[in-house]
Amino acid sequence: MKIAACVKITPATDSRISILADGTGIDASGIKWIISPYDQVAIEQAVLLAEANKGTEVVIVTVGDDNAVAQLRAGALAVGGDRAVLVQDAALANSDNLGVAKALAAVLKKEAVDLAFFGKVAVDDDASQVPGMAAELLGWPQVSSASKFELAGSGFTAVRAVGGGMEQEVRGSFPVVITADRDLAVPRYAKLPQIMKAKKKKVDTLSLSDLGLSAGDVAPKVAVSSYALPPSREKVTLLGGSAQEAAAELVRRLRDEAKVL
Amino acid sequence: MRHKPLDFYDIDDLLTDEDRQIRDAVRAWVDGRVLPIIEDHFQAGTFPAHLVREMGEMGFFGTQLEGYGCPGLSYTAYGLICQELERGDSGIRSFASVQSSLVMYPIHRFGSPAQRERWLPGLASGALIGCFGLTEPDHGSDPGAMITRAEHRGDHYLLRGAKMWITNGSVADVAVVWAKLDGVVRGFLVERGTEGFSAPELKNKHSLRASVTSELVFDEVRVPLENILPGVEGLKGPLACLTSARYGISWGALGAAGACFDASREYSLTRHQFGRPLGSFQLVQAKLAGMLREITKGQLLSWRLGRLMDEGRARHEQVSLAKLNNVDIALDIARVSRDLHGAAGIVSDFPVMRHMANLESVITYEGTHDIHTLVLGRWITGIQAFS
Ligand SMILES: Cc1cc2nc3c(=O)[nH]c(=O)nc-3n(C[C@H](O)[C@H](O)[C@H](O)COP(=O)(O)OP(=O)(O)OC[C@H]3O[C@@H](n4cnc5c(N)ncnc54)[C@H](O)[C@@H]3O)c2cc1C
Repeated sequence: MKIAACVKITPATDSRISILADGTGIDASGIKWIISPYDQVAIEQAVLLAEANKGTEVVIVTVGDDNAVAQLRAGALAVGGDRAVLVQDAALANSDNLGVAKALAAVLKKEAVDLAFFGKVAVDDDASQVPGMAAELLGWPQVSSASKFELAGSGFTAVRAVGGGMEQEVRGSFPVVITADRDLAVPRYAKLPQIMKAKKKKVDTLSLSDLGLSAGDVAPKVAVSSYALPPSREKVTLLGGSAQEAAAELVRRLRDEAKVL
Repeated sequence: MRHKPLDFYDIDDLLTDEDRQIRDAVRAWVDGRVLPIIEDHFQAGTFPAHLVREMGEMGFFGTQLEGYGCPGLSYTAYGLICQELERGDSGIRSFASVQSSLVMYPIHRFGSPAQRERWLPGLASGALIGCFGLTEPDHGSDPGAMITRAEHRGDHYLLRGAKMWITNGSVADVAVVWAKLDGVVRGFLVERGTEGFSAPELKNKHSLRASVTSELVFDEVRVPLENILPGVEGLKGPLACLTSARYGISWGALGAAGACFDASREYSLTRHQFGRPLGSFQLVQAKLAGMLREITKGQLLSWRLGRLMDEGRARHEQVSLAKLNNVDIALDIARVSRDLHGAAGIVSDFPVMRHMANLESVITYEGTHDIHTLVLGRWITGIQAFS
């Protein structure tokens, strides 16, 4: 069996984001990059399956630049990925989610994987578009936000949490795209011996033409006009005095100043 | 959590990719496994023993050694591991220092092939725990005057004496014990359970409370002949171990200092008095700037020393300087940080007083601050002032 985990390199969730002066993007200097946390769950699920099923290969796939290599080694190959494929192309740097999905779908097809895990959402743009697009481009079914995944016969069973504490069980066959919810698996810590081994694992860099795609194929259909930070929080006033006094003052302010009562 | 530690001079750029990845992996583990539980262990005065096997699996022990289950990483990587562990707690770092530098290192360097084979893989994996007995109740800074003695008796050595303040003593499977044989200091591997050997734990500590500290008592203990470390004679044996450990402590102290700095910066921005954040007062800014200054210098010191260690040309006086400087500044920073937190600084909601209390041990063990100062004095003048 061959399993892919498709991952995105994003700023660490506790990064302080600032916007470039011209508003065209975020300032990348000083940002610590990580593999998006849900993608890390996807990797873990892929590795767990490989560990339980001898002869299974886990291929990590990403679209990115040179900086991605260190992330792939530390965050993916050091926790059990067997090798990685990095799609790197100037045309992809300015592409959109559909362009990225086309590149990933081309890799999944080329690699002839049985199963592709993605995180359900990337923590930078929160778009949740790429896995669904990739599945559609490949003509594969997709199970989104899986919280449980098991091989069953020649296919699989997945569980998704739906609203109201209910769960939905989905059965299907391969190939398939599965996106990982938080509960799917608990990412392991990278062990130092694995970090050393990961240095020797293969990271193949492919261009669009290696995948039979052209710059035109990934020309963006969506243009981002500008980025802006949310307005900074208004001044906070702490009301002093006893609880009773503070409550009275709060009601007064809500009524007389905010005029919401 | 404190993911982005102080790196004012971009020292990250001086590290290799591998060193950075190792550091980040240890940091993630400390964030997830140590920080959530350490205050409770410190308060209860218990060592989190469940972490030993995990640390072994993570590959934290004997990293600077090669073979026998050890990965042969750089000394810089070893230092970074110490830094991250001590960002968690000095007790966790102490455990690793003892295991790696004071137990695995002498067995690796001075042990017989059979001793290495027998002990190193288990110590590396955390299946076995070691301790290092040099200090005695009446001989701390002057270990050369030790009274613990071994006598050759046919098919064994007879060991008599006691060691004091021994980290991991009560939980150790093997003790590396330094004792005099015919007037010469030699190393012996004493196994847990050997008749006449006991290791009562010392309680009531105000410092390093999440670490086991014990007395080792040798009441006519028969040690098999093959348990002597064949490769070294004299005090240079234990001193070589200490040089390796002290180097790691110089990094470790920066971890504790960094944790105190992070807590102080955060607190100074969120705590308001007189209608302004504490961090808006010049006195508080001066304290924070002082921490920044000293941590940055300490980082450069340890980084450079790591390179010298890797090149095999670090002098023990250089290690003394780094140990004494970095522990000194870390203790100072922890005390200032405790003060800057006001009353909140004395409770376990913040890590600062725990680090402060821990560092009171770190400044004493592995050669006290003053003894290292005298080592430097001797290097400068050629005159030994401590005996
Ligand atoms: C928590 C903890 C864990 C420890 N773990 C271990 C361990 O695992 N293995 C081990 O072998 N030891 C261990 N030690 C012991 C430690 O190494 C000793 O405490 C240390 O070497 C100092 O010895 P001492 O306590 O006997 O102090 P002393 O040597 O009695 O010193 C007391 C004071 O006198 C000063 N002093 C001594 N001689 C001179 C001099 N010539 N000139 C000027 N000042 C001097 C010292 O600097 C110090 O301030 C540990 C200690 C602690 C606190």
